[in-house]
Amino acid sequence: MSKVEQQGRREFLKGTAATAAISIAPGVMLHSLTADAAPRTEAVTDKVRWGMLIDANKCADGCTDCVSACDKENGLDLVNMPEGADESLWERQRPRWIRQVSLKDNLSGKITHLPMMCQHCEKPPCVDVCPTGASFRRADGIVMVDRHICIGCRYCMMACPYKARSFIHAEVAEKLTHTPRGKGCVESCNLCVHRLDNGQTTTACQDACQHQAIVFGDLNDPESAVSQALKKYPSVQIRADLKLNTGVRYSNI
Amino acid sequence: MTRIRSMLLLAMTLSGLSGLGNVYAAEAVEGSAKFEKLDQCVEPTSVMRRNHFEFIKHQRNLTVHQGIRGSKHSLAGCVDCHARKDTEGNFVPVNAEGQFCDACHDYAAVSPDCFSCHSTVPGEK
Repeated sequence: MSKVEQQGRREFLKGTAATAAISIAPGVMLHSLTADAAPRTEAVTDKVRWGMLIDANKCADGCTDCVSACDKENGLDLVNMPEGADESLWERQRPRWIRQVSLKDNLSGKITHLPMMCQHCEKPPCVDVCPTGASFRRADGIVMVDRHICIGCRYCMMACPYKARSFIHAEVAEKLTHTPRGKGCVESCNLCVHRLDNGQTTTACQDACQHQAIVFGDLNDPESAVSQALKKYPSVQIRADLKLNTGVRYSNI
Repeated sequence: MTRIRSMLLLAMTLSGLSGLGNVYAAEAVEGSAKFEKLDQCVEPTSVMRRNHFEFIKHQRNLTVHQGIRGSKHSLAGCVDCHARKDTEGNFVPVNAEGQFCDACHDYAAVSPDCFSCHSTVPGEK
């Protein structure tokens, strides 16, 4: 009896020591991960919250670099139009993680361009409505779909105020190892989660943007580029009235 | 007797049909997969035969929900090691007829769902 108790106490002390070590140097740990780029072996925690700041002023008309980089990174360019499908229907329904959106101010006539994707809400409506728990928010703030549990009901697509989710309507012949994809599941931007889990700290869209319109990083780290940029420039959440506390913010819209 | 023969014929036709539409050109070359040069899988063979599905089911939850990708058991690992190449050096899908996954699953009449979403050939590295 006393032996068991002792062991419990020892484990408890060990655990406390480990937690202390992590909380002392979160920034240092991140940097070392970038250096050796090893796959993650420990569970993600809420010490990090991934987020983005997009400067709509820098986003150029007609540029689709982020969209095509996303398509390539996540194998979306491998999804072909099903044979005999209607082409306009396909264009509207094909899976896309980033959409190019243009906004026009009717008073001034000013047109703003911006990439629109999953906003990685702190309180995601898609997670609220998911009947199976397939739609979930990871500890580090990434909103994802567990395709093993998704039944393809598309309730999340209806709930999302940002039209961020796509449905895979037909079987997909070719898929990438890090982005599995099959008929009957919903998917959306996951902030290039395979990159982050393998120690990288950038997303494909950010790397592809020639105009440096996208800043990505840890919102919880006050020293990160994204936190610094958010501190310096005015920014908004799209549909801030919904109080979702989005991880993706925009400036100059 | 004729019944068995017709069933065999049907099975052969069906398996022939399922092979259509794949990119690999020719027969898989024996000895071209990584596992054929190794002594043992990530666990002893008897353990793997009995428990591989438990291992990857456990791992899938850890990977999707907790982001752990450096684990010993993974489906990507299975595919990476067990896919053979054809004579032209292209990978043959692990679930193609007669290949690693199919060999047992066909015999046991169990159809794994993994590859309706997951890649059947090793990924880019």
